[in-house]
Amino acid sequence: MAGAVSFPFGGFGINPMPKLPFLGALAQGGNPNGRVLVLVQMVGGNDGLNTLIPLDQYDKLTNHRGSIIIPEAQTLSLSGTSNSALHPSMTQIREMFDNGLVSVVQNVGYPNQDYSHFRSTDIWMTASDSEQYLETGWLGRYLQSEYPTYPSGYPNADMPDPLAIQIGALTSLMLQGNPNPMGFAISDPESFYQFVNDLVEPAPATPYGDELSYIRLITNQAQVYYQAIKDAADAGQNLSNQYPEQSENSLADQLKIVARLISGGLKTPVYVVTIEGFDTHSEQVAAGNVTMGNHAELLRRLSEAIGAFQNDLQLLGVDDRVAGMTFSEFGRTIGANASMGTDHGAAAPMFVFGKKVIPGIIGDSPDIPNQIFGSEDVPMVHDFRSVYASALQDWFGITNPESILQYPFPILPIFTAPSSGSHSLDSAEAAAVSLFPNPLRSSATLQFNLSEGTRVTAVILDANGRILRTLADQEYFPAGEHQLRIERGSLPAGQYFYQVRTGGGAVTKQMVAM
Amino acid sequence: MSNPAYSRRVFLEKLSRLVEIPPAGVPDAPPADMPETTVTISGDLSPYTGPWAFEHAAHLLRRTTFGLKKAQVDQLVALGDAQTAVDFILDVPAPPPAPPINNYNNADYTDPSVAPGETWINALPDFDTGGEGYRIESWRGWWLNRMIEGEANIQEKMTLFWHNHFATQTSQVFIGRLVYQYNQLLRADGLGNFKQLTRAITLNPMMLVYLNGFLNDKSAPDENYSRELQELFTIGKDSSNQYTEDDVAAAARVLTGWRINPSSGDVFLDIFAHDASNKTFSSFYNNTVIQGSIDGDAELNALLNMIFAKPEVALFICRKLYRYFVYYKIDQTVEDNIIIPLAQIFRDNNYDIKPVMETLLKSEHFFDAYNKGCFIKTPLDQMLGVLRNFNQTIVSSTLYDSWLMPLYLNYTANSMQMLPGDPPNVAGWAAFRLSPGYYRNWITADTIRNRNIFSDVMVYYAYETEGGDQLNVNAVDFAAQFDTPEDPNILLNDMIRLLLPVDLSAYKKFLLKSILLSGQASDYYWTNAWNAYLDNPGDQMAYETINQRLKLLVKYIMSLPEYQLA
Repeated sequence: MAGAVSFPFGGFGINPMPKLPFLGALAQGGNPNGRVLVLVQMVGGNDGLNTLIPLDQYDKLTNHRGSIIIPEAQTLSLSGTSNSALHPSMTQIREMFDNGLVSVVQNVGYPNQDYSHFRSTDIWMTASDSEQYLETGWLGRYLQSEYPTYPSGYPNADMPDPLAIQIGALTSLMLQGNPNPMGFAISDPESFYQFVNDLVEPAPATPYGDELSYIRLITNQAQVYYQAIKDAADAGQNLSNQYPEQSENSLADQLKIVARLISGGLKTPVYVVTIEGFDTHSEQVAAGNVTMGNHAELLRRLSEAIGAFQNDLQLLGVDDRVAGMTFSEFGRTIGANASMGTDHGAAAPMFVFGKKVIPGIIGDSPDIPNQIFGSEDVPMVHDFRSVYASALQDWFGITNPESILQYPFPILPIFTAPSSGSHSLDSAEAAAVSLFPNPLRSSATLQFNLSEGTRVTAVILDANGRILRTLADQEYFPAGEHQLRIERGSLPAGQYFYQVRTGGGAVTKQMVAM
Repeated sequence: MSNPAYSRRVFLEKLSRLVEIPPAGVPDAPPADMPETTVTISGDLSPYTGPWAFEHAAHLLRRTTFGLKKAQVDQLVALGDAQTAVDFILDVPAPPPAPPINNYNNADYTDPSVAPGETWINALPDFDTGGEGYRIESWRGWWLNRMIEGEANIQEKMTLFWHNHFATQTSQVFIGRLVYQYNQLLRADGLGNFKQLTRAITLNPMMLVYLNGFLNDKSAPDENYSRELQELFTIGKDSSNQYTEDDVAAAARVLTGWRINPSSGDVFLDIFAHDASNKTFSSFYNNTVIQGSIDGDAELNALLNMIFAKPEVALFICRKLYRYFVYYKIDQTVEDNIIIPLAQIFRDNNYDIKPVMETLLKSEHFFDAYNKGCFIKTPLDQMLGVLRNFNQTIVSSTLYDSWLMPLYLNYTANSMQMLPGDPPNVAGWAAFRLSPGYYRNWITADTIRNRNIFSDVMVYYAYETEGGDQLNVNAVDFAAQFDTPEDPNILLNDMIRLLLPVDLSAYKKFLLKSILLSGQASDYYWTNAWNAYLDNPGDQMAYETINQRLKLLVKYIMSLPEYQLA
């Protein structure tokens, strides 16, 4: 990294936190297509078994949670599968699923589940091991690898906007970089409206209130991103009529702001929104009607908000580059407790949505045992960091997610990768692939120019098509001009070829070594 | 006196090789117009006899120290009532604190005449090798520590009041021992007699250098000090009945001839430089004639007697005290009910300061709810308040680090437009005098950012000297000092009433509590986390689980606009 992480103070003697050892290598890749990831945090630990109901385990499940299980007939069936069905509150998400807009990953968790809300939340946010303490968030590390000198020199022409925006809560650990938070927080949707409309929160009619109003005004104006956000909010709009009335569904209010900012041209790649209340130890379902109650209402809001948001993105024409992902710190127990609720469990399904997700359900239904002992829960099959790795690699185009997540994790088929394998070089791009000097003496430079980011393989071939040198192997390059250096080494004089290949095809040209 | 070759500029250039000092922020546009609320101020100077609880003691300490420390609030609450507490606040220590020392020897500079750890205040100025800058920063850090470590009394706030009133700049008088003497005079006599203090300041070597008194010669009288004596120090410019330019000239002639012995630093009258002729003043001063003589003391006394006979003096000072300790807006009601009676008390007590402060601080008006939280913190209140709120002091492992760390802080305050020892000019800081914005002059987009950055740095990072000393604040220790930290509701309320002058709305508190609970609905999750830490304080995971949440909470509270108010 060029220089130490600088602090906005421009300062002196400020001690950043110790560097994390695995942050030595910068992540490779980029986000040239302006892709946006929206994290939907479901606070409290969502009961996955009543969210995506495993119909293939239904009888066993009925034995363990008969008091709260959703009657099979009332679940929402999903096209293409008879193994799982959705909670009856989730009509919009069912429709999205049937339209190919949802990917569900089954049984997501982590080894050695810590059943504390706080610890487990921190683990999900930092992507640490269960027994490991990390000070930075996984998205904070991602953003820091993309914008290593932030906040020094920001905003700038390339990145005029916040790197991440958190709405509905304060900047979360997920966005913490080292040492700086990488996110911009708008503590609640109401204050967002005040913020962008230059309204100052009302203060009492006292000298205290007078001075407070003044400081609030200047504080708003002092926000580095004040103008950028205000401009985007002014330019942006919402087109969907599926949003509920303001203040009826806080998650919908938050996502509505996200859609407005995206449509207003904000380049921010990460948004975090929050819905609270999933800690359903008691009265998870209503007495006398298991399809109603607290959990049903939470899922209804979740579904309504996500459905309206996706509809809005489509109408706004930005759905190609926006994906959403839900997460919760853990799932809940298989058995119901005596209070018509469930207790802290382990794994649960994760929902990923958007036009560019690969639709379907990844993994089998949770394997429900015939007998359960005590507070037995759903064991983890997919490490949540596999989902993160998939997002980093296939959504944001990072070729080495392990630089952010400490270890390599299996990539799951959740996202359509950014143009990789699909972008074919057009004629102008093909013409721009060049080598100089050619003929080659001791070294040369291979140059190519990309109109959009893509994975590139660049090789030197002999006359028989055998690869002699690999200059880039499935490496991600952002849009723009790139140069690769070729050392002649021991190549004998003769005729060769240089080839630049993307998933969409290859350009091959002749090279002569003198 | 001061050798331009060893000016502050030269020192700063030298210093910049050692430490990087942040530039002072660029002032923004003047305060925007805000709708003015018509405020009905109630309460007069009669003694406050109402309830005496945390919030009342906190209000008193917010205005008279550089930030609340829980133990000091508890100490005042225990005194039982406002009158006793104000007596306590005004009971300042008489013996001078241990003076600043040579803690600045470094690779670049060794003081030739003062051993490390010894005080330099009696040593001759070091013009030869350019040590004055180091000594001045030693003094500045020493004063800063007085403010950080200050007990529950008004002494250092009062010292700063007089520094702003009788303003001088170390950058203009680049001699460490004069700076120290001047500052110690303000500290020792801050609650003494204002007329005597004015006399002492008039003959104080730092002031004599700063406003050219030591160059004031009968052959060409220098009006600099004479003008400020009347305009800024005693009469004021905004009174209706004005002194004249001839009065300025006549007073300058009274003040001719005072000189400083370069080796002893003593002030004496050079009778050959003193104008011994009679000085005649205008009708504003009742055409007073001061008899010229070679007795400069007597002439100075006569001058001050003439000036202090004017009722404007007491009114002017009482308004200034009011703006410093209560609020900047003085409408007719405040003028009639507070300023005029207070000025009368000032005059009745022959300009003793303490009875005035006593009356003001003990008054119904001071404790009126309308006057709470309307003081915009000075940069020192804000910066040192963070440290004091968290019971943090500067702890140094080496002498040089004990010089360096306060230097960082002082220049952080400078980035918020306030460097103690160096107000912008002889009129002091704009926030105490510039109508109509007053306090609002502290707040610009730039300075508010720097204020927030400082509290963020203290919570999340640290200032670190080259010797490895760190300065930051600990959120867990902060929470642990309260009675019931395991209860998130009580803890939050306890934190808010210590950190903020006015309670927050239920909605804001809900948002804040959600930080402690990570958005969970049940309070016991915090309680469990806190108890898990208590059960096993050495467990990093248990510690960080609460530390992360507390850090975010206190960072957020300190970045609220409300935190800028006292």
